Amino acid sequence: MIKSIAILISNLNKTNIISQAKYTTSVLPQFSSEKYAVKRKNFGILKSADVEYFKSVLSEDRVLTDESDVLPFNIDWIKNCRGQSKIVLKPKTTDEVSQILSYCNKNRLAVCPQGGNTGLVGGSVPVFDEIVINLVHMNKIISLDDISGALVCEAGCILENLDNYVRDHNLIMPLDLGAKGSCHIGGNISTNAGGLRLLRYGNLHGSVLGIEAVKADGTVVDCLRTLKKDNTGYHLKHLFIGSEGTLGVVTKVAIHCPALPKAVSLGFFGVENFENLLKLYKSAKSSLGEILSAFEMADNKSISLTVENCKLSNPIGDYPFYVLIETHGSDETHDSEKLNRFLSQEMESGLILDGTVTSEPAKIKNIWHIRESIAGAGLINGYVFKYDVSLPLRNYYDLVLTLRTRVGDRARVYGYGHVGDGNIHINVSASKYSKELYAILEPFIYEEVAKVGGSISAEHGVGFRKPQFIHYSKDKTALQLMRDLKQSMDPNGILNPYKVLPDVPDIEKD
Amino acid sequence: MSRVLVGVKRVIDYAVKIRVKPDKSGVVTDGVKHSMNPFDEIAVEEAVRMKEKKLASEVIAVSCGPAQSQETLRTALAMGADRAIHVEISGPEYETLQPLHVAKILAKLSQDEKADLIIVGKQAIDDDSNQTAQMTAALLDWPQGTFASKIEKSDAGLTVTREIDGGLETVKTKMPAVISADLRLNEPRYATLPNIMKAKKKPMKKVSAKDLGVDLAARIKVISVEDPPVRQAGSIIPDVDTLVAKLKEGGHI
Repeated sequence: MIKSIAILISNLNKTNIISQAKYTTSVLPQFSSEKYAVKRKNFGILKSADVEYFKSVLSEDRVLTDESDVLPFNIDWIKNCRGQSKIVLKPKTTDEVSQILSYCNKNRLAVCPQGGNTGLVGGSVPVFDEIVINLVHMNKIISLDDISGALVCEAGCILENLDNYVRDHNLIMPLDLGAKGSCHIGGNISTNAGGLRLLRYGNLHGSVLGIEAVKADGTVVDCLRTLKKDNTGYHLKHLFIGSEGTLGVVTKVAIHCPALPKAVSLGFFGVENFENLLKLYKSAKSSLGEILSAFEMADNKSISLTVENCKLSNPIGDYPFYVLIETHGSDETHDSEKLNRFLSQEMESGLILDGTVTSEPAKIKNIWHIRESIAGAGLINGYVFKYDVSLPLRNYYDLVLTLRTRVGDRARVYGYGHVGDGNIHINVSASKYSKELYAILEPFIYEEVAKVGGSISAEHGVGFRKPQFIHYSKDKTALQLMRDLKQSMDPNGILNPYKVLPDVPDIEKD
Repeated sequence: MSRVLVGVKRVIDYAVKIRVKPDKSGVVTDGVKHSMNPFDEIAVEEAVRMKEKKLASEVIAVSCGPAQSQETLRTALAMGADRAIHVEISGPEYETLQPLHVAKILAKLSQDEKADLIIVGKQAIDDDSNQTAQMTAALLDWPQGTFASKIEKSDAGLTVTREIDGGLETVKTKMPAVISADLRLNEPRYATLPNIMKAKKKPMKKVSAKDLGVDLAARIKVISVEDPPVRQAGSIIPDVDTLVAKLKEGGHI
C-alpha cells in the first residue's frame, strides 16, 4: 500500500529528474573556444608538479584528473559551453581554497570557481584549461539565529537543503529558483541570483549580511558579519555579489532568512492578452499589497511546450497568457479574504478568464513545478538560446513578438518570467545550435533591449556569453571602474578569465 | 441514472513533513496543512465524470471529522459534487475514529440518501488502513470492486478493472455497489475559479454520528506511533581495496 503512495509522489516529481539532469554524454557540445573563436591568454600550463602540490594540500580523492571524471565539470547544463580543464579541485575549507589560490597566483595558473554549475551564461565552466575549483564539499551549516534569522553557512551548501533546514526553524531562504535542488548558495551570491520571490523578499544585495571570500592571491577577506546594519567603511561584501567569481571566491555566507509564512496561496490564471496581464499586475499590487510574493507570467507557447515535453498536465485550459500569483502571509483567513475579493473582482472585470486557486501544499508544489520546468523544457527538443533581460513593463513582451517575426519558422520563440521584477526570459528553441540562427539573434536582441533602456542581463549575469555585449548596459566610465577593481583584486587576472569584462580592443571596436 | 456517494477524508497534505508527537501517541496535526486524501480526490473525480457522462444523476460528498472537514467538502463541491454531508466528529472521538465507524456511517447514509453507488479512495494516506470500502460493502451486503483502475457501465451493473499483484483483474458487479479508487483510475482536475465560487453556495448538511445511530466507541487501541528508522549516512571511499577492507571490518565478508 505504501508503495502506491511512493508511485503517486514519484509520478508527480518525475520530471524533476529531467530538469535536474546536468547533461548527457550522447552529444558533447563543441569547445567554447572554437564555437565562439576565443584565444587563450598567456596563463601557465598545468604540470605534474602542480598536480602533486594540489594532492598535498587536498586529499587525493579530492583532486580529479581522469578525463571522464573531469568532463561533467567542463560542460554547463544547457550544453552550450564546454571547457578543456584537465583538473578539478574540491576544497573542504577556506584555508584549502586560500592555499590553492595563492599557489595558482604565483604560478599564473587560471582558475574557474564553480558551484552547482547551473549557470546559464557559461560563467561556471572553464573556457580553456582553467583549474576548476568546485566548492561541493564546503557544505556545512555553521549557525542559525532563529531570532534574527541570520544563517551562516559554507558556500557549497545546496539552496534547497538550506531551505529545508531553516524551515525547521520557521524561517525560509530569501530566494527560490528552479535550480534550487542543485545550485549552491555561493554560486547564487556570486551571480546575484534573483529567482521567483524577489518581488517580495528583495535581492541578495539586501539579504546577504556578510561574506567571507578569498582573493586571487589567497588572502581571506573576512566580512562575515551577521549584522543588519554596519556602516563602517566601504561595503565590500557587495563586490562579491554578482561579480561571478572574477574578484574572489566566496567561501562563507551570512544571509538573512525571513519568517516562514503561515499562510500560502497560489493562483494560476488564463489571461486574454498582455495588456490585460499588466492591468492584472497593477490590480494585484493594490489589492493584495503586502501579501503578494510572486507574480509570474508565461505565454501560451511556454506552457504548451513544457506540458508536452515534460509530460505534465496543465491545470487549466488553453489561454494566450498565463499568470501565476502567490501570496505569503501570516493569517489564512485574512489572506483568503483578500485573495477571494481580488479574484471575484477580476473574474468579473474579465482580466482573469479562468483559472484555479489553492492553498494545499501538494497542489502548490505541482503548479510551481510547471512554472519551474519551463527553463529546461526546450532542451528536450535539442538546443535553446536563452536570453534573460530586464525591460520596462510597457515593452516587456514586445521583444518576443519581434523575435518571432525575425526568426520565422527556424525556431520556437517563447517568453516567461518575473513580471514583478520587469524581468523576462526569452527562449529560442531549435533542434540544434546553428551559426545562422545565432547571427539572427545576436546582437539584434541586445540592441533592441538597449533601445528601450533595458538590461541585457537581468539575473543570469554576464559570464562567458555576454562580455562583448555588456556595453549595451554599462557605459565606459562604469566599465573602467570595473577594470580598476579587477586589477586591484586580481592583478594577474587568474580568477574566472574570459568572463564578465570584455577585452579592451572589443570595447574600442564598438 | 444513479446517485453516487463519495467519501472524502481530510488528511495531512502529502507535501508536508510528518512529525511524531513526543509521547508517541500519534502525529502532530495542530497548525499543519491538511488537504483531501489524494485517493479520495480520485474517487470524487470519477463520480463527477460519471455525472458528466450522464451515468450518475447526483454526486454527494461525505466527510467524517472536525469542523475543518467542511473545507475538504468544499473542495469536493468545487470539483463538481452536487451537495455535501458533514458528519461532525471532534475531540477525543475523532482521535479514535476508525474505519469500522466510517463504514457504518457511510452504510447508513447510503440508505438514507438512496445511493446506488459508493466510491471511496482505496486508503487514506495517514493511517493506510484500506478497510473502509470493504467494511461498507460487508455491512450493506453489496458487491465490491476494490483498487479500481477503470470503471465502465455494463448492462446490469459495472465492469471494474482492479489493480492486483502482477497485473489486472476484471470483475463485474451488480448495482448497488461499493468501489475503491486506485491511483491510475484517473487524474483529478483542479477546481476552476467559477466552480470554487459556485461551491460556496452548494448545500452542506451537518449531522452527528448519534443522529445516524452509530456508536463511536473505539475498537482498536493505538499503542505507539514511531518514526521510521533514520537512514545512516553513507561514505565515499577512494578504491576497491578500501571497500574490501571496510566490508571485512564490518564483518560483511
